[in-house]
Amino acid sequence: MENKRIIIAGVGGQGILLASDLLSDAAMKAGFDAKKSEVHGMSQRGGDVVSHIVFGEKVYSPLISFNEADVILSFEQIEALRNIDFLKDDGVMIINTTKILPLPVAAGLMDYPEDPIGEVKKFVKKTYVVDAEKIAKEIGNIKVMNVVLLGFLAKNIKEIEKKYWEESLKERLPEKIFEINLQAFNRGYNLEEK
Amino acid sequence: MKELLSGNEAVARGAFEGGVHFATAYPGTPSTEILENMAKYKEVHSQWSVNEKTALETAIGASFGGMRSIVAMKHVGLNVAADPLFSVGYIGAKGGLVIVSADDPGMHSSQNEQDNRNYARSAKIPMLEPSDSQEAKDFTKMAFVISEEFDTPVLLRLTTRISHSKSVVQLGDREVVPVKGYEKDIKKNLILPAHARLLHKKVEERFKKLKELSNDFKFNFIEYKDKKVGIITSGISYQYAKEAMPDASFLKISLTWPLPEELIKEFAKNVQVLYVVEENDPFLETEIKAMGIDVVGKELIPEVGELNPYIVKVSLGVIKPYTPKNVEVKAPPRPPALCPGCPHTSVFYAINKNKLIATGDIGCYTLGALPPLNAMDTCVDMGASITNAIGLEYALKKANDNRKIVAVIGDSTFYHSGITGLIDMIYNGSKGTVIILDNSITAMTGHQDNPGTGKTLMGEEAPIVDIEKLVRGLGVKNVKVIDTYNLEEVMKTIKEESEKDELSVIIARRPCMLLPDMKKKKFDKYEVDQTKCTGCQMCVKIGCPAISFDKKEKKAKINYDLCVGCSLCFQVCKFNAIKKV
Repeated sequence: MENKRIIIAGVGGQGILLASDLLSDAAMKAGFDAKKSEVHGMSQRGGDVVSHIVFGEKVYSPLISFNEADVILSFEQIEALRNIDFLKDDGVMIINTTKILPLPVAAGLMDYPEDPIGEVKKFVKKTYVVDAEKIAKEIGNIKVMNVVLLGFLAKNIKEIEKKYWEESLKERLPEKIFEINLQAFNRGYNLEEK
Repeated sequence: MKELLSGNEAVARGAFEGGVHFATAYPGTPSTEILENMAKYKEVHSQWSVNEKTALETAIGASFGGMRSIVAMKHVGLNVAADPLFSVGYIGAKGGLVIVSADDPGMHSSQNEQDNRNYARSAKIPMLEPSDSQEAKDFTKMAFVISEEFDTPVLLRLTTRISHSKSVVQLGDREVVPVKGYEKDIKKNLILPAHARLLHKKVEERFKKLKELSNDFKFNFIEYKDKKVGIITSGISYQYAKEAMPDASFLKISLTWPLPEELIKEFAKNVQVLYVVEENDPFLETEIKAMGIDVVGKELIPEVGELNPYIVKVSLGVIKPYTPKNVEVKAPPRPPALCPGCPHTSVFYAINKNKLIATGDIGCYTLGALPPLNAMDTCVDMGASITNAIGLEYALKKANDNRKIVAVIGDSTFYHSGITGLIDMIYNGSKGTVIILDNSITAMTGHQDNPGTGKTLMGEEAPIVDIEKLVRGLGVKNVKVIDTYNLEEVMKTIKEESEKDELSVIIARRPCMLLPDMKKKKFDKYEVDQTKCTGCQMCVKIGCPAISFDKKEKKAKINYDLCVGCSLCFQVCKFNAIKKV
């Protein structure tokens, strides 16, 4: 198989690093070579966060180039736009409906684009929209939003069997929050694609 | 057992497996997590030093005592530690000594992108460069062995992409290495000119032996495929080049200094065209050209910025530049900003209002330079706020310029290298004002303890070095301690002290809002009474990410989830439009 390349994008504090850890860990458990890369530091202070994950038989670069990503999972609407050039032509874009205003927008200096999802859809045929915030609230903890999205992503990555995701969740999460996260994962996994 | 580890985690694991006894560092992105992970291994003594120079000197001390020691820092930290680095290059290492330099090509979180391979060459110290986490672990272990066998410190060079990328690592067990113990040996450990002259000879002899090692080192290896194209590369660039030209022949260099000259010559003979793919400086290229070998390097590969597979592919002509999708709607940027409730905000607000010149320093608070606060004029290196102010004050005076200067420095940076600057200020009769932004933690790098926090890296209690007592003890008469959530006090104190014709130190104290203890505290949140808001935007000017301005309604709004109740906006609002929720 060709190496699989996945980008998870969003804003600092949304749980992107945990989600990308869980994904690369599940890939390793499924017997693949796996690498993931992101930059910490300055970008944590309200900035955008991007994590690149590559897995397959043998992975060299942890970084993904333009027009290469099989799937982009964006935790925030405009972050999908920001990363759109990394998606390959027949790639899948998953967008969470959450909006987080960048500082220049909040300060009234710039505008938040009116319909980022509509704009993405013009270029990406396979665009799926998920309201993970709503689902997380239904489950009872807004913090599991990232794992809802991860569940939906998992459904779109056929190469990794579901059991490896579950193992990864079990290993990486503290026991007392495992159940609620597993529930979140399953909700995302079983979500209808639209 | 296999695990996904970041390069930094892998270095800590490698040091642990390699029997390290002593580990120290000063935090700095992208190196910080090395020591944070080291501290998880209770068999090893791990500590934060106050700066990179003291860290390296401390590690040298442990090596004198026959301990395997590791010291980690970011690339610019090695500048601070350069003095002991060159000395220990002569002295060597009784207990294995590994110096980790984490460089930051692309300057994700740094003020320059210096290439620290140059330090290996000028200090005549061997350098290892891993290409992934497995190598980061393995090379760290090997570095201790090389260090002891050749009686030399060993540099281990990481880059951001190695430090912060995770890849699969096979874990091993800890090797139990006995501590060799201390023996007095002044000809080796005390570098008087008479001793150093002899030591320099030894260094040159050692260098010859290290060159032989480099030729035989199994991680300096050739992979022959298509011999039309040969690529010499090292570190993360190896991964990018492999992806760009999977069918080319490769010479992968892991022991980057000294270079494996014989191996390079052999490889050059067997391939038709030779490329060097490396980030930043033409380090390999210059050396290989000096061997009389024709290579193509920086003519094609950019010297500025971080590389990635795309840049390497385009540079080598493997692909054409990508044409971006014609997206009309652009995502607004997310520039970094001081957090909601940041204890530094009011100080920068006051500096801005008083139109003071602010010499700045390195930490979260450097963000005070950005709009709307615009409250910082300079930032050079750790500690430079204070010393820059001394020289600038003199220059202003000579030019009959009446503007006042404040030096702005964080608590950790003050411990790092602000104290000597302050002594300089006192000694040379400066009349400026130093503002020590004491948020009681090393915040920028992710909350590391320092001499002001009362805790060590291993989680033990530590004495607190009291900044106020220290400053008074040095002889500063005007010392004010203020709470930065009290805007009136902040405004008044900064105005008064900066106008004094005497040296003043203001300790602007308030713990970082992101500290777990602070997060647990209950604060009253604030909201904007929309009927009273006049749209004057005074509250927007403090640059709080929780405050937004609705252009259509011409009203300010406070994001309930982001507000931490610092009340600064409440204090600046002249129309009583901001109230507790």
